[in-house]
Amino acid sequence: MVSIPNIIFYVLVFLSVYVQVFFLVTFLENRKKIITRNGKIKLAKYPSVTITVPCWNEEDTLEKTVLSLLNLNYPKDKIKIIIVDDGSTDNTWKIINSFASYPNIRVFRKENEGKYTALNLGLHNSDTDFFGCLDADSLVHPESLVRIMSYFEKDPNSMAVTPALLVYDPQSVIQKVQKAEYNMGIYLKKMLGFLGAIHVTPGPLTIFRRKVFDELGPYRHAHNTEDMEIAYRMQKNHYKIEQCNDAYVYTNTPLTIRKLYKQRLRWVYGFINNTIDYKDILLSRKYGNFSFFTLPAAIVSIIAAGYFFSKLVYNLGNILYSKIIQFQLVGYIAKTADFDLFFVNAQSLVFITIFLFVLVIFSIMVGKKITDNQSKISLDMFYFPIIYSILAPLWIIKAVYNTVLSRSPDWR
Amino acid sequence: MIDWKKYLIVFFITVGLFMTAGYLNNYFSNKKIDQLKLIQDKISIDILSSETQFSLLSELSCKNISDSVYSPELGELGNKLEWSQDNLGATEEVFYLRKYYSLLQIKDYLLAKKISERCGVKSAFILYFYTTAEHCSECQKESLVLTSLRAKYPELRVYSFDYSTDLSAVKSLLQIYKVKDTELPAVVLDDELLTGFSSFDELDLKIQKSFKLQEKKPAKNGAAKKILD
Repeated sequence: MVSIPNIIFYVLVFLSVYVQVFFLVTFLENRKKIITRNGKIKLAKYPSVTITVPCWNEEDTLEKTVLSLLNLNYPKDKIKIIIVDDGSTDNTWKIINSFASYPNIRVFRKENEGKYTALNLGLHNSDTDFFGCLDADSLVHPESLVRIMSYFEKDPNSMAVTPALLVYDPQSVIQKVQKAEYNMGIYLKKMLGFLGAIHVTPGPLTIFRRKVFDELGPYRHAHNTEDMEIAYRMQKNHYKIEQCNDAYVYTNTPLTIRKLYKQRLRWVYGFINNTIDYKDILLSRKYGNFSFFTLPAAIVSIIAAGYFFSKLVYNLGNILYSKIIQFQLVGYIAKTADFDLFFVNAQSLVFITIFLFVLVIFSIMVGKKITDNQSKISLDMFYFPIIYSILAPLWIIKAVYNTVLSRSPDWR
Repeated sequence: MIDWKKYLIVFFITVGLFMTAGYLNNYFSNKKIDQLKLIQDKISIDILSSETQFSLLSELSCKNISDSVYSPELGELGNKLEWSQDNLGATEEVFYLRKYYSLLQIKDYLLAKKISERCGVKSAFILYFYTTAEHCSECQKESLVLTSLRAKYPELRVYSFDYSTDLSAVKSLLQIYKVKDTELPAVVLDDELLTGFSSFDELDLKIQKSFKLQEKKPAKNGAAKKILD
């Protein structure tokens, strides 16, 4: 039956498939340009890089983070590390101080004012041509920086290069699911890089040319997603952002559903509100694929997730209601009929869903392949789309709700 | 800066995917309809054969006929048709199959009733009228009640008819029992018309009464049996 909710539903399904096909076509166009390096590489020149580590109560992970920076395969005198304690209340400052004697490490302590202020302090105290941030919950691979810097060497127009984010030591089911998600993220980010349409320069080791900040200004609060806002600002000013798919950064991911929910709520809330702040660049030819693909695709995914989930809840509610009625009428719930292939629904939508599922698995596998040349099938690839299709709508709906009520979510 | 050709190509690929999905959907729907047709043909043959057997009844014993006369597939076909209407959409073919199904039900009803009377087979018959033309939540409830009653009494045969079925035989049934579309759902049990929603207990009681009545008049059946034997 043709009804308005049905039309909306099919339009959203169509757009969701469109987005996935767009990524696939981009991959097929550019697959030969993707290089994955396993060994050490050498640069013609090693420019100086400042890496700021902003900390707020990071006593558990900070030491490893700084040690991984010290272990980078990059000339020691060319890496300047700035560690900023943004008003921690635990032992973070003590740990920071234990590194104060290193010649290439400088430490600062300030009142708690938010991550972007810590980054700006680092920025203010740096004098190198390249500047980056490393979240204190992440570890860098020894070759990551040199591989990132090779992108700048190759292309003078590259203004920022993002790394390949991987999940550090996944233990819980929720972390294993995120592992698959991050693998897919590497693929999607690489494709967005080819399209010149990356919308986030993540906290863990994105390296910028210093002139980005000189010309566009420092980090902003940006609804607690300063790493997204700076990318929007760069896109608005036509600054090129690339992704280095073999620069591994291992990040600690939320261990529980509750923590994951909080993190994603912040991300989605940040996305919605940064997009509102930058609404003038949406669907404007001047801003290229970022404005015609990245932002609309993300908006569609938010609407679709909310809509599909509401539909699912409505249908489940209906089933439950009919079961209750049945129980009231006859005193028991009849068991469903024996399995008969006849009752397997072979609607168009079923085939589309299967197709989307296959594309998601494909994306995860390509993500793995371009990261470390491996594309083994693992179980988490299969349960990632299932678990996320249930969980993601929760934080998406909540983020929309918070936006409507202008409620900003906490950092943690 | 923007590669519009690519946006267009992706659009056509996506349309192509939807068309492929639509084609597959059609293919499987047709397969299902073919399957339904097959079941109907089988039932039709079964009924025709039972009718023929019944005509030959004078030369046959009730023992031989009573086990084979019922078409067990009738209920299964009903479920599948209902599912098809909900999931394959109300297509011409499904409508046609539903008409055919209504006819088969009437034939089955007449035959089963005759056999039950002649051979004294313990059985009860319910004619159930509902509507799909408008939303009828009472009808949905009634269907649930009838389904569970059928599970409780294997001897109970429920024949369900959509009020709006465009078939003269169904219309005659509606006339005979004076069923009006404002009083749906309606249930006919032992020639008694019950309009509106009838509860499980209400119908249960009537069915048991009907069985008792049948037990009280075995003489006639016994006599018939004797003649046949």
